[in-house]
Amino acid sequence: MTRKEKDLLDVSQLPSFAFGHRSPMWWGTMGMIAIEGTVFVLCIMSYFYLYSHSPSWPMTTPAPELLWGTLNTLILLASAIPNQLTKKAAERMDLAKVRLWLVVCMTFSIGFLLVRIFEFGALNVRWDTDAYGSVVWMLLGLHTAHLVTDALDSLVLTVLMFTGPLEGRRFVDVSENSMYWYFVVGSWLIIYAVIYWGPRF
Amino acid sequence: MAISLNYISRDPAASVFASVSSDVGVGLRYLLYFAPALPILVLPHWAHAASFQNAMQPAGIQAEKILDLWWLTLGICTVVFIAVLAAFLYAVWRAPRANEQTGADISPLRSVEPLSKRAVLLAVAASTVLLFVLLIADVMTDRALAQLPLGDGIHIELTGHRWWWEARYTADPPSRMFNTANELHIPVGKPVVISLKSSDVIHSFWVPNLHGKKDLIPGRTTTITLRADKPGIYRGQCAEFCGYQHAKMALLVIAEPEAEYEAWAEQQRQSAAQPTTEPAIAGQQIFLGTTCISCHTVQGTPAQASLGPDLTHIASRQTIAAGTLPNTRAHLTAWVKDPQKIKLMANMPSSPLSGDELQAVIAYLETLK
Amino acid sequence: MNIPVTERIVHDGTPDSTELLAQTWSDPPGLIGWLSAVNHKAIGRRFIITTLGFFGAGGVLAALMRMQLMRPENDLIGMDLYNQLFSLHGTTMMFLFAVPVMQAVAIYLLPLMLGARSVAFPRMNAFAYWIFLFGGLMIYIAFLFNTGPDAGWFAYAPLTESEYSPGKRIDFWAQMITFTEVSALLEAIVIITTIFKLRAPGMRLNRMPLYVWAMLVTSFMILFAMPSVMLASTGLITDRLVNTHFYRPGDGGDPVLWQHLFWFFGHPEVYLIFIPGLGFLSAIIETFSRRPIFGYPAMVLALIATAFLGFGLWVHHMFAVNLPDLGKTFFTAASLLIAIPTATQIFCWIATLWKGRLNLRTPLLFVLAFFFILLMGGLTGLMLASVSLDLQVHDTYFVVAHLHYVLIGGAVFPLFGAIYYWFPKFTGRLMDERLGKWNFWLFFIGFNVAFFPMHILGLYGMPRRIYTYPEDMGWSAMNFTSTLGAVTIAVSMLLFVFNAIRSYRSGAMAENNPWSGGTLEWATDSPPSPHNFDVVPVVHGRYPLWEEQAKPEHVTGLAANHREQLITSVIDASPDHRSSFPEPSIWPFLSAIAVSILFIGSIYTPWAVVWASIPVAIALTAWFWPRKKETQHDLALEKSP
Repeated sequence: MTRKEKDLLDVSQLPSFAFGHRSPMWWGTMGMIAIEGTVFVLCIMSYFYLYSHSPSWPMTTPAPELLWGTLNTLILLASAIPNQLTKKAAERMDLAKVRLWLVVCMTFSIGFLLVRIFEFGALNVRWDTDAYGSVVWMLLGLHTAHLVTDALDSLVLTVLMFTGPLEGRRFVDVSENSMYWYFVVGSWLIIYAVIYWGPRF
Repeated sequence: MAISLNYISRDPAASVFASVSSDVGVGLRYLLYFAPALPILVLPHWAHAASFQNAMQPAGIQAEKILDLWWLTLGICTVVFIAVLAAFLYAVWRAPRANEQTGADISPLRSVEPLSKRAVLLAVAASTVLLFVLLIADVMTDRALAQLPLGDGIHIELTGHRWWWEARYTADPPSRMFNTANELHIPVGKPVVISLKSSDVIHSFWVPNLHGKKDLIPGRTTTITLRADKPGIYRGQCAEFCGYQHAKMALLVIAEPEAEYEAWAEQQRQSAAQPTTEPAIAGQQIFLGTTCISCHTVQGTPAQASLGPDLTHIASRQTIAAGTLPNTRAHLTAWVKDPQKIKLMANMPSSPLSGDELQAVIAYLETLK
Repeated sequence: MNIPVTERIVHDGTPDSTELLAQTWSDPPGLIGWLSAVNHKAIGRRFIITTLGFFGAGGVLAALMRMQLMRPENDLIGMDLYNQLFSLHGTTMMFLFAVPVMQAVAIYLLPLMLGARSVAFPRMNAFAYWIFLFGGLMIYIAFLFNTGPDAGWFAYAPLTESEYSPGKRIDFWAQMITFTEVSALLEAIVIITTIFKLRAPGMRLNRMPLYVWAMLVTSFMILFAMPSVMLASTGLITDRLVNTHFYRPGDGGDPVLWQHLFWFFGHPEVYLIFIPGLGFLSAIIETFSRRPIFGYPAMVLALIATAFLGFGLWVHHMFAVNLPDLGKTFFTAASLLIAIPTATQIFCWIATLWKGRLNLRTPLLFVLAFFFILLMGGLTGLMLASVSLDLQVHDTYFVVAHLHYVLIGGAVFPLFGAIYYWFPKFTGRLMDERLGKWNFWLFFIGFNVAFFPMHILGLYGMPRRIYTYPEDMGWSAMNFTSTLGAVTIAVSMLLFVFNAIRSYRSGAMAENNPWSGGTLEWATDSPPSPHNFDVVPVVHGRYPLWEEQAKPEHVTGLAANHREQLITSVIDASPDHRSSFPEPSIWPFLSAIAVSILFIGSIYTPWAVVWASIPVAIALTAWFWPRKKETQHDLALEKSP
């Protein structure tokens, strides 16, 4: 190395994108997860706060029916498979597989969005019946908002993967999207337990 | 990379306070630094405040314990304030002066500064100890306030409304209970247990001469216990913003010797006396025929509504409109005629009564002692 | 595929190359260019000016309040207007000024201090500004139409429920929260990612300036604190709009739930304001005492400890509520404990000043005021930490005094110091020293005259939020004095504005490093060129401009014709990869408009959430959707990991 070269740090040979926590996108996604996770935690705490102040729980209505919620939980859990496959394919930059598994993920999306509609109907309480109804609808509503936005994000990415324009960084976007999907599934497990089993204990 | 001098001063006067050699500048600076403290010198005159709504003039054991804690805390905090400020001012005073050309001293990056380290550690340790002293004093005071002996006290149910105070003196047997509003009498030396409810929004009961405050929260009942140890008239005020006329939601707590308190309570238990002279008799007739009775109670008459203050003994009260005005004929007349002018947005509508009718009703109200 | 390969032009240090670099990082001209700007300095500048504008507006509201309270039983300002004034004053200062200004300064300053050319997520940064602006405008327009909030800045339920607050006043307030919190949350993500991933090579975590640590800690706090007020205000909106029962007693709701959710945010909120101020203090003290801050590790740990402890204090705002006594004692202990990290910082600064050589310029003066004002505010805070004492002074003017002492002493004075300090960097001109000193002394004296008497007023029985008081309370003289102090503050602010404008136009020219500071921002031009650094430095110590240069001195190999930045690792800042940054785009602005329509629409009908989502989805998709030209450009530079 010449003396001049030692004076300088040459970065021109570095890659132009990276996966996982090396990528700023990962940090952005984690930031969103921290925020949304905090919202969920606080909503769950509000649920138990109102629970502890009430002589009976639910207050005046039967507990939510288990069928649709449990079914949706199974669908969401199952969606982890195509989700993980999508993530791995993205990290290998395997476009064909990314396209395939994203489409599979989208079918799961349609499935759980439809079932979610039935879940709202099977709660056995309205949001304006009492505080129990309000907090249950808020919890389910917040999670549904995540389902919808995650489905939309994924749809946009899926279409993009077919139409282009594509570059290496788009695979990072797919990988990060999969991470967010995990958050939506993981947070659901806890919210499911609270909404459907909270009143039964 | 060399450090270059880049600051070009165009205004020599800009250095008047920062001049290295100007002692006058230095002195002036320190004097001005203390200028904000000057008000303290004027304090006794300028800070004179009424004694009847004043946490610094305790008239009961709870307020007294709190004030004791106040003096201890103020003492510790003042010592700390002076010590830290003195250290800071001394540091600023003694340090040599510099300007932008003065080279930066980066030796601290490579060496430990043992004296500074020790000083900081000691200061932090001392602060921690003082904080613990405060914590212990705080907890001890909290416990003392909760341990007021309660036997043989009187019980009042206070309900907050926008913007007045409804009081029900509960007793055993129930025939000895009575209602009043905005003015509480309590016996000196006896514990008083006040349960606090709200009929609408959050209010806060605060009579600083007697105790700290407690919030009245709709949907729950809570209690505050206090005891007056000196007779006197103490003013309290709602201390949680409750809407338009939050500023005019005051109450009086009158502490009197037990015998006088019993006499007052006995009087309050009586139904309203029948008026015996004109125009009060006419006034009663008009009163019972107008909208007044849709909100107010006068025991012993058909007026039995409780949307507004109980008027059975209104003439015995020192103020009206929740401590807003002294209870005189002129003020009472103005209030009944047009409450909106005195307390805009209060729930009491203007009166449709004409001049003579109004005078008669006021005359009647004046008999309700 | 037949992609025309665009040539990658590496920056080589020649003037032409640097000119190309500047053009690459510039925002386009014209109105559309202004609306599409993504350069962090452009966004930072307009963000700072907007927040200072809100500060002025909040100050005017306060001046009007003080005019009303100047005399007992005054009828200058009626009851309803007064209630709106104090509500909007608090709301403005807390939501539209104090936190946003700190983020705005960070957005401008951080890339310069870290050796970067931009913040992370520049378009999201722009969006955060627009959404903040629209939220602030909304609430002020509402106020001008007599629909301003009137239930205080913390809006306790059930006063804020439809039954007691009919009309749309509280709905506008609650929705303004949504606007400003979305902005702050997104900015927090921008700041964290910038600090973690965009530092110059060699700037290990323990070489970061203390100001950077302060902003990092603050931004993490934002992520966990602000969701609480967003959830709280969403529950309030649904209570009012669709009849939920979160905070209405009867049918299971609880007004105290509002208080918990609000104060779980509200207490950390004041640290969101205070901690950046602590960062300013370190930055200014080290430059003007010509030495590093004493005790760097302790200072960093103190910041982190303050952030954690700050989440454990919120119930001290609720001591007058019937909660278990043992619980309250815990919060007393925590509220006292948090004094320890702050005290540590104060002692370390004193140690720094003690062994420094002091350049007593205006920035340092503002910082020195902290040691009087914040110290007093912190000590009254210890008083408020006691349940018993708090029960007397809670909701009185004592608290008003305390909060202004800590916020103005702890954040606003340091902020003014920061403005005087970095003004030459932002504008290329120095602020006038003499006017600066007049500004400072009038502010300092006016502040104490305005707020010190309030401690006494509180002890003497004067509650907060009252539009008038009777003559025989004995509060008149102190209120009058306080108003005189407020007038003095107003004069000092006018002086500041005059100084700023005049200095901007015709102040003394400043070169790169007018104060001879030691951190990287002083190596850029004043004002910095669009790309900040002609060459990205390699950092070998905490004070790159004070310490000996070591090899390698700077980075080479980044493109001059492409928005390319070096991404480094989180802990050691070793070079990891090169990343392309987005071109200016109108979509953040348009998305902010779409989101505003959704937020404002949902004040009037819940269905707005449904139909207004459609334009939002379209705008966000258009924002994300890659441009063919940019993709081709990226592909030319692409190198897989």
